[in-house]
Amino acid sequence: MTMAGGMKMYGKHRFPGRLFIVEGIDGSGKSTQLMLLQKWLESEGYVVYFSEWNSSPLVHEVTKRGKKKKMLTGMTFSLIHATDFADRTEHHIIPPLKAGAVVLADRYIYTAFARDVARCVSPKWVRDLYAFAVKPTVAFYFRTPLDVAMKRILGGRDALKYYEAGMDLGLSDDIEESFGLFQSRIIEEYEKMIDEFGLVAIDATRSIEEQQAEVRRIVSEALAGTKKTRIRRWLDIASLARGSRA
Amino acid sequence: MAGYSFFGEGLPGIDLAELKGKLIVLEGTDGVGRSTHIGLLKQWLENHGHAVLDTGMTRSALAGKKLKQAKEGHTLGGITMSLFYATDFADRLENEIIPALRAGFVVLTDRYIYSLIARAIVRGSDPEWLREVYGFALRPDAIFYLRLQIDDLVTRVLQSRGFDYWESGMDMHMGEDMYESFVRYQKWLLAEFDKMVETFGFQIVDASGSVEEVFENLRDRVDRVIARNGYGS
Repeated sequence: MTMAGGMKMYGKHRFPGRLFIVEGIDGSGKSTQLMLLQKWLESEGYVVYFSEWNSSPLVHEVTKRGKKKKMLTGMTFSLIHATDFADRTEHHIIPPLKAGAVVLADRYIYTAFARDVARCVSPKWVRDLYAFAVKPTVAFYFRTPLDVAMKRILGGRDALKYYEAGMDLGLSDDIEESFGLFQSRIIEEYEKMIDEFGLVAIDATRSIEEQQAEVRRIVSEALAGTKKTRIRRWLDIASLARGSRA
Repeated sequence: MAGYSFFGEGLPGIDLAELKGKLIVLEGTDGVGRSTHIGLLKQWLENHGHAVLDTGMTRSALAGKKLKQAKEGHTLGGITMSLFYATDFADRLENEIIPALRAGFVVLTDRYIYSLIARAIVRGSDPEWLREVYGFALRPDAIFYLRLQIDDLVTRVLQSRGFDYWESGMDMHMGEDMYESFVRYQKWLLAEFDKMVETFGFQIVDASGSVEEVFENLRDRVDRVIARNGYGS
């Protein structure tokens, strides 16, 4: 029963775990950085939980169908994604945080704030909508100029999708042009959120290694007192016994 | 001219001045007779030359079907369910209710955001948060709250179809059996509705009389709403 405790609001959650999230436009390299962070945390012996976007099949089907049939408006697009995010929060974020894990998420509420506001939804309303979310320990924003990201995306993928390119906004009939216009609106929103939410901006034009070093330095500062597994230590002992390095 | 407004941060891209019809809401707990009266009112209004759209919860083209399945499977958490309902409602508001109002229809809706809010509060969501989420809803022209005391409600439900799993709040394990759970759950809902009477300006309609009596009462009140400021202004 959830009614006794009531609903916790953004910033009010107190869990032993840590939550690190990455944000940025498509092609900013944020997923690569998160993957590298995960490898490092695991090698350091932390209990790492990667929060995938694998929400309830029911919510997922509505989203998929809504997109395929182009049934979504700015409002229902926003609400169905918030439903999905709520499921993720209730099932894949809060439980591991309670258990003391280090939780990693590729995109978070700031994606919704940027994307929905770019779709003309009220900024205040969408922030209120996500008031149930857990405030991340650190939110990284991979800052990329639009042309750099566009080159990475358009070179590597064949087809842009309708909503992803913001075609529903009628900015342009050309899907690539629409994508560019939509992404520049999203960048504008991200830039505003750096101060509003204390996003940690990482210059994503630097080398992968340089960015990762900065990310690891910031994360390690935030990890004091976090639970580690003993598995690594036992492995080390086992490999020591064999006279080799793991 | 009265004109429509949103409760809070409204829907993007809607010109409220274009909405000409009337939005009339019937609210009340389960088993109070809402659907019976919607049917009767619709007939009566159509006989008097008004075009009517009747609509209700979990009927959206976007999410209605899956929402029903989610309810049956009850695997989704409280906040997720609240937002799933909100998605369904937004789809109906944008694709049914607003277009009908634009076309000058009388929209009769079986429940509105108030039931959704009451149900979500009982299941642990924050009341303030719910009001903000539903800020995109239109303020109706009238909200008729069909009200029955818990004892009358129990009698009526027993006489018609018996206790339903959801209407008894069995998902919340509130009592040892359906009866106990039904009473506790519906009492709680009633209390939440009663709290909303003043805040949202409900008109209370005593639903304990015969169908004819309740209908006559409702009909007169609906008549006044339609006549207010002249129809279609």
